[in-house]
Amino acid sequence: MSGKTEAKLVYMANQIARNLKFEPHPAAALADHLRAFWTTAMLRQLFAHLAVHGDGELDPVARTALAELAAGHAPPPQTRATDPAHQGADAG
Amino acid sequence: MGYERQADFGTPEVRSDTQVTLEIDGRAVTVPAGTTVMRAAAVAGGSIPKLCATDNLKQFGSCRLCLVEIDGMRGTPASCTTPVTEGMKVHTQTEKLARLRRGVMELYISDHPLDCLTCSANNDCELQDQAAAVGLRDVRYGYEGAHHLAAPTDASNPYFDFDATKCIVCSRCVRACDEVQGTLALTVEGRGFGSQISAGVKSDDFLSSECVSCGACVQACPTSALMEKAVTEIGKPERAVVTTCAYCGVGCTFRAEMRGEQLVRMVPWKDGKANRGHSCVKGRFAWGYAQHQDRILKPMVRESIDQPWRAVSWEEALGFAASRFKAIAATHGNNALGGIVSSRCTNEEGFLVQKLVRAGFGTNNVDTCARVCHSPTGYGLKTTFGTSAGTQDFDSVEESDVILVIGANPTDGHPVFGSRMKKRLRQGAKLIVIDPRRTDLVRSPHVEADYHLPLRPGTNVAVLSALAHVIVTEGLVNEAFVRERCDWDEFQHWAEFVSQERNSPEFLEPVTGVRADLVRGAARLYATGGNGAIYYGLGVTEHSQGSSTVMAIANLAMATGNIGRRGVGVNPLRGQNNVQGACDMGSFPHELSGYRHVSDAATRALFEAEWGVKIDPEPGLRIPNMLDAATDGLFKGLYIQGEDILQSDPDTKHVAAGLAAMDCVIVHDLFLNETANYAHVFLPGSSFLEKDGTFTNAERRIQPVRKVMEPLNGYQDWEVTQELARALGLDWNYTHPSQIMDEIARLTPSFAGVNYARLDAEGSLQWPVNDAAPDGSPIMHVDGFVRGKGKFVVTDYVPTDERTGPRFPLLLTTGRILSQYNVGAQTRRTENSVWHAEDLLEIHPTDAENRGIKSGDWVRLASRSGETTLRATVTDRVAPGVVYTTFHHPATQANVVTTDYSDWATNCPEYKVTAVQITPSNGPSEWQEDYAAQARQARRIAGSAMEPAE
Repeated sequence: MSGKTEAKLVYMANQIARNLKFEPHPAAALADHLRAFWTTAMLRQLFAHLAVHGDGELDPVARTALAELAAGHAPPPQTRATDPAHQGADAG
Repeated sequence: MGYERQADFGTPEVRSDTQVTLEIDGRAVTVPAGTTVMRAAAVAGGSIPKLCATDNLKQFGSCRLCLVEIDGMRGTPASCTTPVTEGMKVHTQTEKLARLRRGVMELYISDHPLDCLTCSANNDCELQDQAAAVGLRDVRYGYEGAHHLAAPTDASNPYFDFDATKCIVCSRCVRACDEVQGTLALTVEGRGFGSQISAGVKSDDFLSSECVSCGACVQACPTSALMEKAVTEIGKPERAVVTTCAYCGVGCTFRAEMRGEQLVRMVPWKDGKANRGHSCVKGRFAWGYAQHQDRILKPMVRESIDQPWRAVSWEEALGFAASRFKAIAATHGNNALGGIVSSRCTNEEGFLVQKLVRAGFGTNNVDTCARVCHSPTGYGLKTTFGTSAGTQDFDSVEESDVILVIGANPTDGHPVFGSRMKKRLRQGAKLIVIDPRRTDLVRSPHVEADYHLPLRPGTNVAVLSALAHVIVTEGLVNEAFVRERCDWDEFQHWAEFVSQERNSPEFLEPVTGVRADLVRGAARLYATGGNGAIYYGLGVTEHSQGSSTVMAIANLAMATGNIGRRGVGVNPLRGQNNVQGACDMGSFPHELSGYRHVSDAATRALFEAEWGVKIDPEPGLRIPNMLDAATDGLFKGLYIQGEDILQSDPDTKHVAAGLAAMDCVIVHDLFLNETANYAHVFLPGSSFLEKDGTFTNAERRIQPVRKVMEPLNGYQDWEVTQELARALGLDWNYTHPSQIMDEIARLTPSFAGVNYARLDAEGSLQWPVNDAAPDGSPIMHVDGFVRGKGKFVVTDYVPTDERTGPRFPLLLTTGRILSQYNVGAQTRRTENSVWHAEDLLEIHPTDAENRGIKSGDWVRLASRSGETTLRATVTDRVAPGVVYTTFHHPATQANVVTTDYSDWATNCPEYKVTAVQITPSNGPSEWQEDYAAQARQARRIAGSAMEPAE
């Protein structure tokens, strides 16, 4: 993985965190979003970044969300956009 | 079907709850009140002679050929302007009428060339038909007096001629331009015998006039005065096939009129439910690319991209591709492979590509070009309403009282719907336009926006927050609707947020650049003006807050109760013909068809049982992530069907680097596009004229695409994908796309009731089509939101990180124009380039003067990502500080300038905001020269003297 890609993933996580600031539980919403839309490999890159750089460049909300995901805690879906249980028969 | 003209009832259909019964020539007929006698006669199976009447135009009453006699009524009224009444007794064939009609017809023919046998309209001419119908045998008037038989022909338009000698001045063309297209380019100049049809002012010809070449006038003309050049050159069509246009997301239905295997013309089909018989210059005329000499018809391969292409057999090409992909999977794993589904191909073809990726490649690394256009629509509307699609059909606009257009330019991007919208505006609907540019909708003949909010690019969310602030703080919320239909707690949270002073129009004015009083006026109008409908386009989605903007729009619609009935709604205007369908078909890396997440075990189990393979429960890579992974050496093989990511995706240099880093890029396309410069395998594609399938338009309308000629490359695209799958060891045996649709229906609840037999019988179906909605769903969320309660989402304005500064002080925004389409691969290979031969940079006079730039000057357009050169046009359509260009021409490559900033939720690129500097230039940039040299090198074909042009 290049430093450029890592920096981009950090940027993306921070950007999502900024936009979920007004969710009732921003860190849980971010964790949910990353789990729903990011590949495992992308998440692993951020876990590695977090392990090496600690609390450096990541937004506190992003740090919390990644820590939850790294610990294997799958958060309950925070938004219906990422909740398969609510994407039933006519959800097309 | 064979060739016959579409039925013409003479005057438009009338809707009424009251039925009227009358008698025509002794036969009883019942029609809605308000129907004309002419239409009633046609409904009854009869035919009254006519020339100036046609059923997509209001009755005019000028030709005097449709006279009838009515018991109890004096004289011989014109049937086209006489409404039916209960018990009326009409006579359409009497000796008196025959004499009158012959007299009228004799006058017409006395000033008309008698060259029927050599006329391009011979046997397809209403004048000829009517002369026969009235029994005209002799013309008593000679040609010695004044006549129009020496009038010149205007051949300036590349697609049709105006032969004034054949014109009978019936005004159908003028009325079509006024009523159907809404451009009002044509007029009748002069009076009496001197009357003649004129495009604009006298000095104009059709090409130099304001005519937009929609073809409505040609379609309306009852003679050969306005005639397609192709008919003159090829001859009268012999058969017609109804099919769906492959340009924008309006999804117009056309009759492809053929002579043998040759397409003669595309004529809009009056029964088409999206276009209602109208067309634009692209769908009507710009189909020549399908037979263009640049098409590559034989497969090609090469070991590496620095080598020339080698034409090979299909077997060799597919074997080469399969062995490379197998080798990549063996060495780097399945997740080193991926595919891109085209939004231009059919639903069935898209479904097969994502199936190939998931079942064949063994990964969810599949994406579609919706990533770079409407992915935020999917996210935003799914989150708020529960459905990743627009809420209305196009007919709905006829009942709108207030139309709010944000980030869309429908008269250019979706012209047929733009015309329907303008028709409603001419009837009195109010208009709000939120756009940095003064688009044509803001002010054009008979249309003027009540409010134009010329916001600074990148501030959509701030403007929408300000609108919401006014609606909430001034007590304009439809509380009954919100309490019944939406989550009340979430609404209160949102209402408290937007009510904060920092979201007021006054506070945000310095941010958005929009006067607070305009915002307040627009908010009041939208909230209180009756049925409010929002239409939006890529000016909403292609931002770092694209998804937030979509949700902010949904919030406004819910707060005002403008959801769930005709005339209202949230309506994304989809860019490409099948963007909606590609998304529906499971082309995103995180979901299967019908927008069901891959992590859902029950959904996966359905597909696993049908396909006999395990499906990865983890989401795959999006296009930009694929390219990042490629530059990191982790992603090695990509199958791209019908998309030119090198030209259409942002930050061209990064795209090129990603493609160049792969071991095998398969491009499946009509042409050697820009992406093919980095490809190892080229699989020839088939045009929409050469395949069967379906497209789904912006209304969720699934429409048949029908093969009108054999594929020039030998195979339809779904067959090519199937052969690639078989080369990779998959046992696929589809023999017709209807079988693929049956599989889609089995696996996708919203398509459960869709099949080809129904589509043939009903013309189209709007999903969801299932037990809950057996006839489809023209309007969504009628009795409740699909997700249950509508969800208000707080959308805080977060400024883009793309900022202007001393080095890059201007903001670039991009878009498309009427005559060209996206990367131009199709339209550049047609005569449409007459109107737009190159991309131009629009710059405000103040910014131009500060830089010493005049219209026509070459300028250097530079950003942090790269630079290019193009010519400038100085105009106050753009505000000071904002510049604008299109991305239709690879020589310009506007996307070398755009950045890799993207929407926070979906990674849809931020095409609409790039900080740039403009300076005078005297020629192409170094990058452009290098790119041109690389492209020349990459397009070489071994053994071919010719280099195919892109």
